[in-house]
Amino acid sequence: MKETQNKVIDIEDRNIPSGLSRRSFIKRFGGGLVIAVSIADFSALSAAVTQSLPKDFNAFVKIAEDGKVFCYTGKIEMGQGVNTSLAQMIAEELDVKYEDVEMVMGDTDLCPYDRGTWGSLTTRVFGPALRSAGAEARAILLQMAAEKLGTEVADLSVNDGVISKKGSSGSITYAELTQGQKIIKSLKGKPKLKSPSEFKVIGKSRKRVDGRSKVTGGAKYAGDIRIDNLHYAKILRPPSLESKLISADLAEARGIDGVVVIEDGDLVAALHTYPEVADKALRTIKAKWDTPKNDLDENSIFDHLVKNHSYTRVNEEAGNLAKGEEASDQLIESRFLDGYVAHAPMEPHSATAVVEDGRMVVWASTQNPFGVKSELAGVLGMKEEDVLVKQAYVGGGFGGKSRNGQAVEAARLAKKSNLPVQVAWTRQEEFFYDHYRPAAVIDIKSGITQEGKIQFWDYNVYFAGSRGADVWYDIPNHQVKSYSRGRGEARVHPLNTGSWRAPGNNTNSFARESQIDIMAVKAGMDPLEFRLKNLKDPRMIRTLKACADKFGWKPIKSPSGKGYGIACGTDAGTYVAEMAEVEVDKETGEVKVIRVVCVQDMGLVINPQGATIQVEGCINMGLGYALKEDIKFKGGASSHKSFGNYDIPRFSWVPKVETVLLDLPDEPSQGGGEPAIVVVGGVLANAIYDAVGARVYQLPMTPERIKAAMV
Amino acid sequence: MIRFKLNGRPVEVESATNDTLLWAIRSKLDMTGTKYGCGLGQCGACTVLVNGKAERSCMLTMDFVEGKSITTIEGLEKDGILHPVQQAFIDHDAMQCGYCTSGMIMNACSFLNENPEPSTQEIIEGMEDNLCRCGTYNRVITAIEQAGKEMKGGVKL
Repeated sequence: MKETQNKVIDIEDRNIPSGLSRRSFIKRFGGGLVIAVSIADFSALSAAVTQSLPKDFNAFVKIAEDGKVFCYTGKIEMGQGVNTSLAQMIAEELDVKYEDVEMVMGDTDLCPYDRGTWGSLTTRVFGPALRSAGAEARAILLQMAAEKLGTEVADLSVNDGVISKKGSSGSITYAELTQGQKIIKSLKGKPKLKSPSEFKVIGKSRKRVDGRSKVTGGAKYAGDIRIDNLHYAKILRPPSLESKLISADLAEARGIDGVVVIEDGDLVAALHTYPEVADKALRTIKAKWDTPKNDLDENSIFDHLVKNHSYTRVNEEAGNLAKGEEASDQLIESRFLDGYVAHAPMEPHSATAVVEDGRMVVWASTQNPFGVKSELAGVLGMKEEDVLVKQAYVGGGFGGKSRNGQAVEAARLAKKSNLPVQVAWTRQEEFFYDHYRPAAVIDIKSGITQEGKIQFWDYNVYFAGSRGADVWYDIPNHQVKSYSRGRGEARVHPLNTGSWRAPGNNTNSFARESQIDIMAVKAGMDPLEFRLKNLKDPRMIRTLKACADKFGWKPIKSPSGKGYGIACGTDAGTYVAEMAEVEVDKETGEVKVIRVVCVQDMGLVINPQGATIQVEGCINMGLGYALKEDIKFKGGASSHKSFGNYDIPRFSWVPKVETVLLDLPDEPSQGGGEPAIVVVGGVLANAIYDAVGARVYQLPMTPERIKAAMV
Repeated sequence: MIRFKLNGRPVEVESATNDTLLWAIRSKLDMTGTKYGCGLGQCGACTVLVNGKAERSCMLTMDFVEGKSITTIEGLEKDGILHPVQQAFIDHDAMQCGYCTSGMIMNACSFLNENPEPSTQEIIEGMEDNLCRCGTYNRVITAIEQAGKEMKGGVKL
């Protein structure tokens, strides 16, 4: 092995992340060349990218001495496949074999800060930053090679991590360049990203990189962590979210051999090295609760929401609603309702926590490991650098794992007991503490002319938020208002609510696309023709037409009995159009979805297979909220303790799904994890109407509601 | 002490007779490929083979397991070669988060042993009680179709 001279070229050593000494930072990475990348200097990146990422570092790339490339990012993998697509980006820009790239994700010691994995932000916002990291790393390695080979960068080329000098036999590998290096580098002049014509890895379908570990049981989730003397915690739970603990008799539990009972304020738990003993101990605890009377339920919630808003925001307005109403020949007023929906990931919230050398070390099923880190530091009264959240696979998130109550519980119990502790929620706890998709009400008043032109759109959404409520139909007079409560006010929902895959957009798109179809029927027009007549946005027109081509849409006069539906929408920068075919059993009201065609305009697609799989997942998951999923409750007590009375989509529900991703490699990448789910409610509502003439205004569109609407 | 065979090896576990096989595997034997999803036999994430037949390990008590032969997801790979069902799941990207995958594969192995040449409808019926929230069902069906063709009734467990 040759000695590598540690020469400084046109490269500057970077400051290391705040709160760490240079030595400890380098130590974490071991041998090799670490390239720290900041997007702050990339003027080519859009404002949306630079504003939402931290200013110091966005990624670290390490070239190990064996030539393996490690990429460190604060994003996490929960099934969406970014451990594959991000590796493709690095391989492409760095010119290494895709197989040589390993993603290190969500480890708060090793990875640069990231707010969280949500909002379909990974590819469209973090992606360009990561590609920049790859390009920068490549440029640094080329400079080092030029020095070494005694030539200019312009005379070098790279293939699969081997740098060659043009017209000579001289070459050197990335691995050889890194020998003996333990340096952090960054480049002064920023290199350009590759153009689509140069792509070898981006845009080509790749199978999941974690496939083998997932089919062999090797993939470790937070509840799979095993540590010596690990104690499983079973926690005392209230009958309702609103309950207060009055007293708990712990004597019997304390008497069970090996059981450790912890009382830490309102947190009462039985710990044992075997979970079923901890569970038996928990069942001996007799607790008294004070539960305020609250009769709100899944029926009365909607009036409650409309009455109890205290904050109104005008999201968008144009023209004059009164003039629009005057110009209309027909007025259509509708109220749409949407109940609470659970995330129900197959992996319930889990966390394993242990105190090591004064630091709290935690594995958590979370979408935001850095959020867990700061939350735990706050709750435990520890310094942030004394909390480490480690990488684990996440068994589905859908927004629900951006809340990390289980990690707080595990860390509190580990600190108090000084034992390694695992908290793995049961399915019942998962339903009880889930931050559901909020119940919501949408009132729309709109009007059309004889010719089927929409004249006005008066849109009022209560408690769903305005994502997906923007007006991109060509409507001269419109107003979008959202109603909620102000910051700091008591919440209006009796249940926990939070982000659920494309928050708000499923609710808004269901209402919008239903109303559009209602107007098309009033106008006596085919729903595709009606949409095209009222659209100006060329991206949406192109997307919708591509969908009609793939589906083989023939004009219909709804209800045609065929069971065809259309819906289109936007989410996370992506345009989406879906067409569906359904069968509705007139006797029972049961819906069978036969076929769904989905077309997305999502810009440059990194991994077409991965993006296609996200579309399939979105559509299958969407069947649940559209047709069956509905949380029943009394006050703060969810009525769902198991899958026994909460139906999520199953094998027999699944339609044939056909996906088209428009080929737009020169356009920036847009979101892929959420768009296809937002229109599932709308497309099925319209297909159900076309099948049996039943217009259902409330999600989910259960057989009972369909039958009631059939008249 | 409960004695049984796990992936071909004899094991013994100190356990109460009404403890479940799921937690014995996961917490006493530290084999974590078998997952908890609901604890009531409703989701299939914990599916293992008992004498070659798919069972929900969260619903089996240890007295029932005594003397039986249990196969978990970790026991399918032989000498570095994946079981055809495992390979088919990889080939068709028949997973996302992967949490339901062990149970899906174990159930599919048992199902294909009983019905080596299933129709698509039979696969759907045979897999109906295995839940996947990510919505990978279409690809799981295709993967099982492929595995069935490759196994041709072979690969018994």
